Amino acid sequence: MESPRLVAALTRIVRDVGLAEDLAQDALEAALRQWPDAGIPDRPAAWLMGTAKHRAIDALRRRTTLQRKAEELGRDLELDQGTQRDLDTEIDNAAIGDDLLRLVFICCHPVLSIEGRVALTLRLLGGLATDEIARAFLVSESTIGQRIVRAKRTLSEARVPFEVPQGADFDARLASVLQVVYLIFNEGYSATSGDVWVRPALCEDALRLGRVLAGLVPEEPEVHGLVALMEIQGSRMRARTDPTGRPIRLLEQHRARWDRLLIDRGLAALARAESFEGPHGPYVLQAGIAACHARARIADETDWPRIVALYDALAQLTPSPIVELNRAVAVSMAYGPAAGLELVDALATEPSLMAYHLLPAVRGDFLMKVGRFDEAASELARAASMTRNVPERNLLLERSRAAGQAALDARER
Amino acid sequence: MRVMILAKSQPGSENPTNPTTEAVAAYWRYHEELVAAGILLAGDRLHPSSEAARVRFEGTSRTVTDGPFTEAKELVAGFWIWQVRSLDEAIEWLKRAPYDGGEFEIRQIFDQPTAG
Repeated sequence: MESPRLVAALTRIVRDVGLAEDLAQDALEAALRQWPDAGIPDRPAAWLMGTAKHRAIDALRRRTTLQRKAEELGRDLELDQGTQRDLDTEIDNAAIGDDLLRLVFICCHPVLSIEGRVALTLRLLGGLATDEIARAFLVSESTIGQRIVRAKRTLSEARVPFEVPQGADFDARLASVLQVVYLIFNEGYSATSGDVWVRPALCEDALRLGRVLAGLVPEEPEVHGLVALMEIQGSRMRARTDPTGRPIRLLEQHRARWDRLLIDRGLAALARAESFEGPHGPYVLQAGIAACHARARIADETDWPRIVALYDALAQLTPSPIVELNRAVAVSMAYGPAAGLELVDALATEPSLMAYHLLPAVRGDFLMKVGRFDEAASELARAASMTRNVPERNLLLERSRAAGQAALDARER
Repeated sequence: MRVMILAKSQPGSENPTNPTTEAVAAYWRYHEELVAAGILLAGDRLHPSSEAARVRFEGTSRTVTDGPFTEAKELVAGFWIWQVRSLDEAIEWLKRAPYDGGEFEIRQIFDQPTAG
């Protein structure tokens, strides 16, 4: 529980995130040994921090063999003595917040691979054990272990400073942080592979990271936008699958099963994000779209023209074939399937969507609605062959068969 | 997972004396820590049972009883809803709450279908 704060504060002292993690672990283990006998100290957080910092000093002393290290030691010891005074009295929450924010930025540093950023973020900020991360991403524990080791080494070799980026750099670096958090959420929200489609625990981890981040940088509308987006999407979690784990599409979900608490939190976060001056960023826009669904008590009440307008803004800001595909879906709902089909057909040659199963899935849906059943059946079957997720594949195959049946029925009439 | 923390009222806590400034400050510091850690989803204190009512169901009949209720042990004085990774994490957090008396119950909330 204390681990991210400890690691953050220690990284500032020892300038090495790997060493900081080991020291934090030592302090936590010492607490587990001593507290049951000695009782829990009055200020457990301060006790942990104090213990860890003493260990940090010991560790730095042991590394004095090299002259360079000795110089570092001198600097760090001075630094530590400076902070020693307030340590015994009270932990400065603001200072810890700063350290935590620095830790967020180095965990999501662009010098690392995306996989490295995700693993390091879950490990150091989420406090997940290596085997928990491995289970969440369906890879072996040693793979995650290696990713983390490699990421730490990269940070150390690149001499990445332990600081909050300033100026123009800040926005780009914050975008990387938000991307990592949303990636974690999405892997939980619709797993790219495996036997289950959703992994709620991963979504919860991402949401917690997002909420922590919103507390650390409360003046950034995009952070509140991301939190709003995740809270609202998370509110549908228990409505998105049937008891056998089969996905249920948004418009077919029982809205009574949506989580009102998360919707309210999401709408509040969105209101906060929208209260800032200036044009809305991509997460605020996406949260706005999610909110249109959340506000509709029944699917027929959905404000589709507003969703189309939000997708228009999103497409201008971050043009991408996937945004276009989603916009096509909204257009079809607002202005009919033929209009949507026209937009989707324009995406058929898009190279980046060649392997994206939702393109034929959406196109199949539109074809079905305009009565071109044979084409719908083959598009849906193609979509099924392109996804690695088993429940999703089964659903697409079922829809393909239904389209094939509709084609037969149409011929018999 | 989510848990609901039920604060049980103790004799006297239905009509508490005004807490000290330090106690209030300690409570808010704790509250802020819960928010900063991303685990506090909701929570509030409840009015005393003198402003409450109970509805008992028996077949088709409904019997309404107005408060106050006397069996203090069974009364809930406040609640939190937390998002935690495990019951142990909830226990760890709760143990740090700045109270020197009272009893709290941690109950797990049924939320997700067990798909993961």
